[in-house]
Amino acid sequence: MAAVVDIDVLTAQLGINWSDVNLDSIQLPPGNDFGIESDDESVYQDDQSEFDTGFGNIIVVDHLPVVPKEKFEKLEGVVKKIYNQLGVIKENGLLMPVDPDTKMTLGYCFIEFNTPQEAQNAKEKSHGYKLDKSHIFAVNMFDDFDRLMNVKEEWEPPQERPYVPGENLQKWLTDDKARDQLVIRFGHDTEVYWNDARQKKPEPVHKRSYWTESYVQWSPIGTYLVTLHKQGAAVWGGADTFTRLMRYQHSMVKLVDFSPGEKYLVTYHSQEPSNPRDASKVEIKVFDVRTGRMMRDFKGSADEFSIGGPGGVAGASWPVFRWACGKDDKYFAKLSKNTISVYETETFSLIDKKSMKVDNVVDICWSPTDSILSLFVPEQGGGNQPAKVALVQIPSKVELRQKNLFSVSDCKMYWQSSGEYLAVKVDRYTKTKKSTYSGFELFRIKERDIPIEVLELDNKNDKIIAFAWEPKGQRFAGIHGDQPNRDVSFYSIKTGTKTLERVSKLATLKAKQAKCPLLVAPQASTSFLAGLKGFNGQLEFFNVDELETMATAEHFMATDIEWDPTGRYVATSVTTVHEMENGFTIWSFNGNMVYRILKDHFFQLAWRPRPASFLTAEKEEEIAKNLRNYSKRYEAEDQDVSLLLSEQDREKRRALNEEWQKWVMQWKSLHEEEKLVRQNLRDGEVSDVEEDEYEAKEVEFEDLIDVTEEIVQELM
Amino acid sequence: MTIECVNPEGLRFNQMKSSSHQTLETRMRPILMKGHERPLTFLRYNRNGDLLFSCAKDHTPTVWFADNGERLGTYRGHSGAVWCCDISRDSSRLITGSADQTAKLWDVKSGKELFTFKFGAPARSVDFSVDDHLAVITTDHFVGTSSAIHVKRIAEDPEDQVGDSVLVLQSPDGKKKINRAVWGPLNQTIVSGGEDAAIRIWDAETGKLLKQSDEEVGHKEAITSLCKAADDSHFLTGSHDKTAKLWDMRTLTLIKTYTTVVPVNAVAMSPLLNHVVLGGGQDASAVTTTDHRAGKFEAKFYDTILQEEIGGVKGHFGPINALAFSPDGKSFSSGGEDGYVRLHHFDSNYFNIKI
Repeated sequence: MAAVVDIDVLTAQLGINWSDVNLDSIQLPPGNDFGIESDDESVYQDDQSEFDTGFGNIIVVDHLPVVPKEKFEKLEGVVKKIYNQLGVIKENGLLMPVDPDTKMTLGYCFIEFNTPQEAQNAKEKSHGYKLDKSHIFAVNMFDDFDRLMNVKEEWEPPQERPYVPGENLQKWLTDDKARDQLVIRFGHDTEVYWNDARQKKPEPVHKRSYWTESYVQWSPIGTYLVTLHKQGAAVWGGADTFTRLMRYQHSMVKLVDFSPGEKYLVTYHSQEPSNPRDASKVEIKVFDVRTGRMMRDFKGSADEFSIGGPGGVAGASWPVFRWACGKDDKYFAKLSKNTISVYETETFSLIDKKSMKVDNVVDICWSPTDSILSLFVPEQGGGNQPAKVALVQIPSKVELRQKNLFSVSDCKMYWQSSGEYLAVKVDRYTKTKKSTYSGFELFRIKERDIPIEVLELDNKNDKIIAFAWEPKGQRFAGIHGDQPNRDVSFYSIKTGTKTLERVSKLATLKAKQAKCPLLVAPQASTSFLAGLKGFNGQLEFFNVDELETMATAEHFMATDIEWDPTGRYVATSVTTVHEMENGFTIWSFNGNMVYRILKDHFFQLAWRPRPASFLTAEKEEEIAKNLRNYSKRYEAEDQDVSLLLSEQDREKRRALNEEWQKWVMQWKSLHEEEKLVRQNLRDGEVSDVEEDEYEAKEVEFEDLIDVTEEIVQELM
Repeated sequence: MTIECVNPEGLRFNQMKSSSHQTLETRMRPILMKGHERPLTFLRYNRNGDLLFSCAKDHTPTVWFADNGERLGTYRGHSGAVWCCDISRDSSRLITGSADQTAKLWDVKSGKELFTFKFGAPARSVDFSVDDHLAVITTDHFVGTSSAIHVKRIAEDPEDQVGDSVLVLQSPDGKKKINRAVWGPLNQTIVSGGEDAAIRIWDAETGKLLKQSDEEVGHKEAITSLCKAADDSHFLTGSHDKTAKLWDMRTLTLIKTYTTVVPVNAVAMSPLLNHVVLGGGQDASAVTTTDHRAGKFEAKFYDTILQEEIGGVKGHFGPINALAFSPDGKSFSSGGEDGYVRLHHFDSNYFNIKI
């Protein structure tokens, strides 16, 4: 920048007014930059990288046999043979120096590969290669030699770096108002809010335009927010705002998935084939979330990744990998044709180095708590071979329990969230094979020998349309029946003393018109029904403990529903599938509307999940026992807030009214001033009847609408 | 003549913002006036409030008794959709602007056509001045002509009427329609708004552009409607950007903004209470056919001062294109794409709304 002064001097000499010069209009002849440095730093970075490749493709192989000239060619042949398997050696790329005095080789050679990647690969693969007993290869990159030569003879203790505390990634959990966070995507913007139900509005936390190129996703226990970009995925989090914690390179990433304990991130990318008859190419990478290191990648055609699973995009079913047993992230499984591949995360390789062969398996499902895998194999050979549901213990691969099922059209497996029960919904063909009906097989995992119970619906011909477990509970609900008269039944699986008939029906709600999805509030005894997408957004809040409907409401055209992680609030939203009224509404668990926010081009709403409670069981019990004392404090706070709010509201109204009155006074006086002129314009007509229109008149009407006579019984 | 009284959905005033969530319902029987065969475009009451004039795309402006919805007569002569009308202060003259490239003067009582102003382009809006001696007429852009605002002198005696313009104002962007132009206080200014989303105040003498609405605070999309207060002190504009805005007519200061969920086609201000009404709906071509609620064809009432929604009146099967308050503020009428005029007399509950 010192040059600017010189330029000023020079221009002054030449008599040019510097400020008149339009810099943008100056164009340099192509290929000549007159020594002007470009602002674009990337230009230099590119140069740098090419520079690096100078000797990057050369490796040095040490501990070769020392041979005389006669054996030279033979040794060269052996070495070439070894390294040609690992990469392409450049022409004349093998150089084996010979001692000019002894005419013997020096016991090492240089090999130049076509690319640095091949060299790196060759180094890693052949280091420690045993040519024979006394010759074990020591392979290094040529570029590393300088560094290795400079290693000091004496060991120096590494400098102790002071501990820098990382950001508290769970700060959001310590919110003193115990609020939950939610993220919304609309237009080009992504915004994170506190759901402040007391204030009846969301409080902004962080907002950013163009934060992600498709969608955002919370990690399973809420620590991270992941965004997708052209270059890969990134996770965000931190104490106060959202800072970028790590990036994961995977170009054109389409989908991401976390392991349940947030240790690993799975990214997915698929490429449409240029020839539509080919299957699309799929690349999946597994990253360590904290270090950003890629642990394993899987490549293949989409067919290998597309069996089972609830839908997906462009070929593969997502998530491809099912993660096992809670927070340890120890195993993950992949389903492909006739095989189940179970990997363990210590080495990221298959358990026992081989996949499990299960013919025609179509669905697998992990227990949420134990390393037990349930799998479903449909009927084969036109009914000769029955369908099968089995439970397999991992890593021993021992089959714990199996049940054969006959004339089955489809099965769905639902684990209860604490892994105690597995409900298998079985759709069977009727005798005519024209229609199907549903039943349940209930597995009690925690009991000896895993007893199985069969549950049939009251009306044998009903089909189950939706199913849900009570989280951590022993109850479940199903919606069954035909349109438009669908019923909702609640069942309890509670372990009783009676050995028979332990599943009991609690209640059935008749004819809930076309309520489609069934959503159960987490950690609460509220079950929640809703009709979405073409069902007008009818909501019903149902209390399972009391078996009564608490409230019905409507969010017209609502497309999505999501409970907050505490089960206190539920959000319904209208996304861009509808043109109008995009936005979301927050409801309390008992069906009161808390507030509504409208945003055009609304795509997504996601609550930030919470980890499991840090409290011990005893502490939780203590709180439950003394709930009244605790709630007193919060009730007082609630009241303070609502007082403050109404105070603020009053104040705001007063200010608005005052401001309006000022305008009205001004208008009135101007109107009065102009009265004469106006009369002249109207040829002297005086009547200005509209004069007093701002008086908010008290108008009283008495209309006799209806007269009814009622005989009131006299009270005693 | 058809007057139907259908079982109404009624007027629902629900107090959304109040903490108690109570719903106050008033049952009014709207009078359903079916006289037009095409979508309504404009409604206006005369100064006494006993007559209601309606314009529609079916060429025939109609006058109704504002009390019972009885049809009094029609004004035949236009050969295109009628976009707008205005009635003189003494209810003797009616002026209409039509897509047949004319604006016509009518004798209200006899229905006789008095004079025809010919333009080379559709006449979009008309407005009489304070003294009824002038009229401002806007025309659309058309083959070879750009949209413009014309000021015409209105003669006392129709015999003396001439078609010459006193003043012609050109909009900066001639390709954009000027949807409304009205007289400012004392005929000194003309206020216009149109598809370019800007509101302009012109000097009515010289034709000079005096003020233009600020792009930051002003409308973002086409202005569809404009309604001024009876004393010309302020006016309300409705726009496709889903808002209505209240402006000071002398200074063009933005005073209030009312936000709704649908494009606004029509606006009205109650002369009696601090209420404004917005009407609109999804564009007719984009409306889903499954549920009439999907389009939100509701006349929405807002508190003028607090800018909060107080309630809505449902009933139309299509977007609302026209709204008007009777001068006493005790009734209002709405005209829809469905070809109906719905006349509502407020009942006592309406006057007791507290928010």
